[in-house]
Amino acid sequence: MIQFDAVHKRFPNGTTAVHDLTLNMAEGGVTVLVGSSGCGKTTTLRMINRMVEPTSGTIRVGGKDVTRQDAAELRRSIGYVIQQAGLFPHRTVLDNIATVPLLLGHGRRKARARAAELLETVGLTAEAGKRYPHQLSGGQQQRVGVARALAADPPVLLMDEPFGAVDPVVRAQLQDELLRLQRELSKTIVFVTHDIDEAVRLGDRIAIFRTGGHLVQCASPTELLARPADDFVADFLGAERGLKLLSLKTLAAVPQGPAPEGGPWDLVLDAANKPLHWASGDAELPVRPLKDDDSLLSALNESIASPTGLIARVDADGVLTGVSSRDDIHQHAGQAHTEARVAA
Amino acid sequence: MYELFKNLGSWLTSGAQWSGSDGIAHRLAEHLQYSLLATLVAAAIGLPLGLLIGHTGKGAFLAINLASFGRALPTVGLVVLVFLAGGLSMLPVYVALVALAVPAIVTNTYAGMTAVDAGVKDAARGQGMRGHQVLFQVELPLALPLIMTGLRLALIQVVATATIAAYVSFGGLGRYVFDGLAQRDLVQVLGGAVLVAVVAVVLDVLLSTLQRFLFRHRTA
Repeated sequence: MIQFDAVHKRFPNGTTAVHDLTLNMAEGGVTVLVGSSGCGKTTTLRMINRMVEPTSGTIRVGGKDVTRQDAAELRRSIGYVIQQAGLFPHRTVLDNIATVPLLLGHGRRKARARAAELLETVGLTAEAGKRYPHQLSGGQQQRVGVARALAADPPVLLMDEPFGAVDPVVRAQLQDELLRLQRELSKTIVFVTHDIDEAVRLGDRIAIFRTGGHLVQCASPTELLARPADDFVADFLGAERGLKLLSLKTLAAVPQGPAPEGGPWDLVLDAANKPLHWASGDAELPVRPLKDDDSLLSALNESIASPTGLIARVDADGVLTGVSSRDDIHQHAGQAHTEARVAA
Repeated sequence: MYELFKNLGSWLTSGAQWSGSDGIAHRLAEHLQYSLLATLVAAAIGLPLGLLIGHTGKGAFLAINLASFGRALPTVGLVVLVFLAGGLSMLPVYVALVALAVPAIVTNTYAGMTAVDAGVKDAARGQGMRGHQVLFQVELPLALPLIMTGLRLALIQVVATATIAAYVSFGGLGRYVFDGLAQRDLVQVLGGAVLVAVVAVVLDVLLSTLQRFLFRHRTA
């Protein structure tokens, strides 16, 4: 969908921002560009909608060379979300979202109707549409930024550290929302971040850049975590990269059995067979039941926190289906690692 | 001293003083006419210049230095100069007043433009706005509070300086100041000065109130 072919970007002051980049970004997938600051990831993103012009090489979107199109028209066909949202402070939220449809000449009534629809899509109330951006929280502003980018239903969405300025709790919510939206809309998304956890969470493919604008490795999160191309990538992924890999694997394959009875700690259930807590005499410890699609990492975490080393498994309704042991989880974690590292 | 203020009071309030072609009402109208016309012409020159410099980022040095140029400009000297070159007309007065007003308008317009958040401008361009759309739909509306401040400051300065019209034999509230000086009539001089000051303050208050009303939805 987006192809970089031998793209070079040198700024007038002599610094090379992007060095000989050849990269394909698949249609309907999320490609995350990561790296420390000054590695050229933002420049790479901004060359796609011609906010920055390449020094040499070609960039194609949907097969068409971007430099052969009118820059303003190209940008209207590509969604663009930036850090701090960059909303227009003098326009209402609804009019902010309606920006591109208005630029395309869709007419005010139609543009506003579309904007109202998108307000709901990104999880905001109709009432928020009448407000001004400064009356919203940072997280809400960022949602408006995403809605504005989606307004003309572009096939491609560029997101430049969109969640960099919000607190971790809101960031996690926004990431979940983005994944939900992506399941519905299947856009081709290019996402820039310096947060490797965010990259692993959101990316179908992750491209790691090194200072000087060199692309070091582009691979799926699993492959990247299991087989980093060199020490730079391994360092960037951090010491816990083995655990990060487990965050991508689900618990589904780990065997489960009936909850044991008569031990020092019992799993207490309510009338509907939903786990309440662990109990031993008068002592109680909390239990966090896990579903099949929860990650191996959260299972490992829960098995360490559990007084019996067992985790409570539940179905979609929260009803107990069985328990799994710390050993089984460990064994599957190791197996998942080995498979990922051996896989071609 | 008390006598002086008493005389000033009766000068300002006597009905006779307000009527006729030499009356305060007429002089006030003349004064406002000179001031508004001069500010309008200055705005026609200063606004496009300030917007252009702010939008392109080229010529910023001009916008910044124009402010100190404006402060250093000898207004009376300019009137005399244009008067000597072009003869007796209102032209020298207007040239001097416009030259006084343009710097305040240009520098404030430029300041307003540079104060627009870079992220907002980037987003505007990134959504696909063309240069003129970024200027008129985003930069101009956001710079408007400072642009209005520039126009207000320019108008106040011009009102305070428009007394020089009387210096080259024309009307306005300066008439009282120059005639009073010539006739050694201190009450008349003071009366003219007080009227100019009152007009300037009233305009300032009116315009800042209007500004506050227009931009009541803005944060900063």
